[in-house]
Amino acid sequence: MTHATAAADLMRPPSPAEPGAGVYSNKLGMWVFLASDVMFFTALIGSYIILRFGMSEAWAAPGAVLNVPLTGFNTFLLICSSVSMVKAYAAIADGKPYFLRPVAGKMLRDGGLKFWLLVTILCGAAFVGVQVYEYIKLVEHGFTPAGYREGSLIAEHALADPVRYGAATGAMYGSTFFTMTGFHGFHVTCGVVAMTYLYFTKVLPEKYSPQDYRGIETIGLYWHFVDLVWIILFTIVYLI
Amino acid sequence: MATTAHVRPNYIMIWLYLFVLTVVEVAAAFLSHIPKQWLILILIFLAVWKALLVALYFMHLKFEPWRLRLIFLVPLPLATILVVTTIMENF
Repeated sequence: MTHATAAADLMRPPSPAEPGAGVYSNKLGMWVFLASDVMFFTALIGSYIILRFGMSEAWAAPGAVLNVPLTGFNTFLLICSSVSMVKAYAAIADGKPYFLRPVAGKMLRDGGLKFWLLVTILCGAAFVGVQVYEYIKLVEHGFTPAGYREGSLIAEHALADPVRYGAATGAMYGSTFFTMTGFHGFHVTCGVVAMTYLYFTKVLPEKYSPQDYRGIETIGLYWHFVDLVWIILFTIVYLI
Repeated sequence: MATTAHVRPNYIMIWLYLFVLTVVEVAAAFLSHIPKQWLILILIFLAVWKALLVALYFMHLKFEPWRLRLIFLVPLPLATILVVTTIMENF
């Protein structure tokens, strides 16, 4: 075994590795799934780019319809959940399954797997909650998947300033926005459900150990991917 | 068997980078007077930078065997071809 391979092996649980990719099958399966998900989101983002930039009429300006500060906060939540996920992974790899443990001489306590995974679940659930709130407010103001609802507040703004609100492209804007963010929100919801299931069935009963924490690493990969996709979506949908 | 201890990345530092880059992105989008074409390029560059930080350090892609990295890399050129060819057909 080379030094590089040995070093890499310290980053993963000591489980039987598949001869092909050199990692255990759960992890390989997750990576193959993520590769297919890359293509799925590329189809959505690619369609959005083509529809948006293929139109001669103006698209709504960033911040005209969408609440960017609220979504910025949501992005912050997802980034926090990603770091808490990786801390959960590091905690169990270091043999810390506990919730919190006092550290002598320090103000802060040492968080274990139970603590960091709970933080991740709460941040993920908060992200979904904020997204649902955002959707409710947008629909209330008249921005729906079918475009600007006639007689609504946004439709009135669009009449007054058709360039800033992209009056001619409202329907396309609505359908692409809700499709992309909706599918991402669905991914986040699935992640929260999966992590909650793991929390009650495996983490609380302390079934993970430094010898085997494949479930945490596999769900962690999924969760970071969801964060990665949001980073791209936030820029393309909300800022450009 | 001799092993080399792998230094675990400083996850809090990566989180800080991601946070700062997000603030820079929002500030560039709303507070700057950069021409639109340049702004788009800058924002995409920052988004790719953030995505790479997540993939390399949080997903540990930097420390994985190259064969596994290939699984993640293979769809990227395919995705680029998908978008570019469709754009070329439409313009």
